[in-house]
Amino acid sequence: MDMIIKAHDDRQTILVCCGTGCTANGARDVFNALQSKLKDHPDIEVLPVVKATGCNGWCEKGPLVRIIPRDITYCSVKAQDADEIVDKTLLEGILIKRLLYRDPVSKEHLASHHLTDFYRKQHKIALRNIGEIDPAQISDYLEREGYQALKKALQKMDSQEVIDTVKAAGLRGRGGGGFPAGNKWQACRNASGQEKYIICNGDEGDPGAFMDRSIMEGDPHTVIEGMILGAYAVGASHGYIYVRDEYDLAVQNLGQAIKDAHSHGYLGNRIMDSDFSFDIELVRGGGAFVCGEETALMASIEGRTGEPRDKYVYPTEKGLWGKPTVINNVETWANIPVIILHGAEAFAAVGTENSKGTKVFSLVGKVVNTGLVEVPMGTTLREIIYEIGGGVLKKRSFKAVQTGGPSGGCIPASLLDLPVDFDSLTEAGSMMGSGGLIVMDDHTCMVEVARYYVNFLAGESCGKCTPCREGIRALLEILTDICNGQGRMEDLQLMEDICLTMQEASLCALGRTAPNPVLSTLRYFRDEYIEHIKNHYCPAGVCRELTTFYIDPEKCTGCTLCVKQCSADAIKGEKKQVHTINESECIRCGECYRVCAFDAVQLGRRDHHEN
Amino acid sequence: MQIDVNEYKHENEYKELIENYAGKPESLLAIMQDIQKQYNYLPRLAISLISRHVGIPVSRVYAMASFYKAFSLTPKGRFVFRVCDGTACHIKNSETLLDQLQKSLGIKPGETTTDGMYSVETVNCLGACALAPVMVVNGKVYGKVSPGDLEGIIKEYGGQNHGYDNQGS
Repeated sequence: MDMIIKAHDDRQTILVCCGTGCTANGARDVFNALQSKLKDHPDIEVLPVVKATGCNGWCEKGPLVRIIPRDITYCSVKAQDADEIVDKTLLEGILIKRLLYRDPVSKEHLASHHLTDFYRKQHKIALRNIGEIDPAQISDYLEREGYQALKKALQKMDSQEVIDTVKAAGLRGRGGGGFPAGNKWQACRNASGQEKYIICNGDEGDPGAFMDRSIMEGDPHTVIEGMILGAYAVGASHGYIYVRDEYDLAVQNLGQAIKDAHSHGYLGNRIMDSDFSFDIELVRGGGAFVCGEETALMASIEGRTGEPRDKYVYPTEKGLWGKPTVINNVETWANIPVIILHGAEAFAAVGTENSKGTKVFSLVGKVVNTGLVEVPMGTTLREIIYEIGGGVLKKRSFKAVQTGGPSGGCIPASLLDLPVDFDSLTEAGSMMGSGGLIVMDDHTCMVEVARYYVNFLAGESCGKCTPCREGIRALLEILTDICNGQGRMEDLQLMEDICLTMQEASLCALGRTAPNPVLSTLRYFRDEYIEHIKNHYCPAGVCRELTTFYIDPEKCTGCTLCVKQCSADAIKGEKKQVHTINESECIRCGECYRVCAFDAVQLGRRDHHEN
Repeated sequence: MQIDVNEYKHENEYKELIENYAGKPESLLAIMQDIQKQYNYLPRLAISLISRHVGIPVSRVYAMASFYKAFSLTPKGRFVFRVCDGTACHIKNSETLLDQLQKSLGIKPGETTTDGMYSVETVNCLGACALAPVMVVNGKVYGKVSPGDLEGIIKEYGGQNHGYDNQGS
């Protein structure tokens, strides 16, 4: 290995990931420590630069520190490592082994994150700049083909050509619906009226999905460039980016990016000396899941409560302020500059027959490598979860993967070889949604998961139409009963009936897809429902009313780990002595069951009132 | 709901914040957010001033305030413990954290201690799923929180451990 850096010529740069994930792990402290350490080295000729970057996606190993051009990645860096990184790696060119990523299979230390399975198997289009650039510097974006697509479009293409390119690329909306973006643009272009609007939907509400946050934080200019191209194509002069208010860093970086795009002449009047003018305004969302629905989002921008309306007339005809409007989500916009610059063919060469390009998934839950994963459409769930994700945490058995957020469903192990695209997921009873993939192991109760999603939706249904409002409430009551051991077998049929009604009769997609978590768990995990109802037993040990825990004296090694974790002080036991759980004190949180490394904590049944 | 007399002391401050924006309906959400951020709730007086400025009836401003989660009509605590209950956090037992907070602070999600020090809230997803379960206190993110960590975190904000005898308001 080349241990000595040739000084003088190559200007070294240290990149510190400062996305939300890494920041929570102390990335800012690392950044500050590196910066102050470098101040002590005015004598060094090649002064390295410390840059904050957007989210690398590999949040599990954060804070991440990269050193380029040597391409060294250090994981889980702490502020006190700063001295060593500067003294050894920067000045002497020596790698610090303990900060390198260690491949769990080969046990090898890998110098760069690009060599890990997590990165090697990805194909980056929407995330191409994330973690590579400083999102606060427009110059970083410009160095990586930034605003080149816009230049190409304004100088060499007319607006119809831009739309034709997006159509030929086969780009489908990444926000969940999967509607062909080119067709949407065409409809808006064809709609009558002078005043038209472009909206970027950044109200990422699916719990467990954060790709849009990451793009807005880490590469805000790609979203802006995409929107400008869209505006040019349909003839819009004003645009809005609607961002969740909870995403502080995204709001900050987008605001800065809009300002910089203005001062560089990419936004405003007569963009790049053409006749085309366009402006973007940032709107912070009020915190309502239903505002991810496009008509509700537009109501929210207009200063009203976020209630959807029926869509006999599409927003491309009558959208914001009743004017023709194109609304696409963040990831969709991030794909546009690449499509325009490199052409439709290159984009369409990736993916499946009906789903072109890549999709970003946020791989989370009980999986070894969590983070953002961008793969070609058609990649199988097994490849994503096992090859990229490194399999299930603590080598437990895989039970299901939840896709598509509260509107999606749970997919069982038997369908792991399913190639993931818009259509295959819908067929499996789930949906692409915005791309959350939440891995669940045998410690996850599927009935409780269904209850969780329905409970979430009960809080988020706007209440305007009856099937959604009342249907969700009824489902929640039944599921809560089942989790408490008060379910009846006929409830299963009743839930299916309610679900069908909601699918048929709800006003917007929230209500129409709300039954998915229930229907998909009923379809693939009916046994678990029956266990809860007939045997008053929760096989995962999650439903508190149906569970007790006891310690198997044969297996307990007396390590005291469960004693320390028990917040109710219900476990008694000395080191190297068999521990016991005091059932009257136990709150059945299951913490001991999950932490025990020896499988000594066991599930018992609770004798429940008979029906 | 009555207007608290104390609110009149702030009348000019409210007006200043409100007048940063044009008097148009589309400014409504942004003005409300600024007021909420500054005062931790939407004072009754501010609502009527907003209504006049943007030309939207008080009833509709009130509808907005009760519809969107970002707004509160009563003052929130000085320190707001927001426990993420997104799916990734949920399956990694965020509920146990809420139970533990209730035990320590004596309040349930959505409540504020009577001394106005602490509020507990749940939030749908903070998009920091790799760190599940996640909790945010006044903007500071805590990742992979275990029930055992909470005592220390509460202390950081001047709280006593078990036995905080305040009842929720």
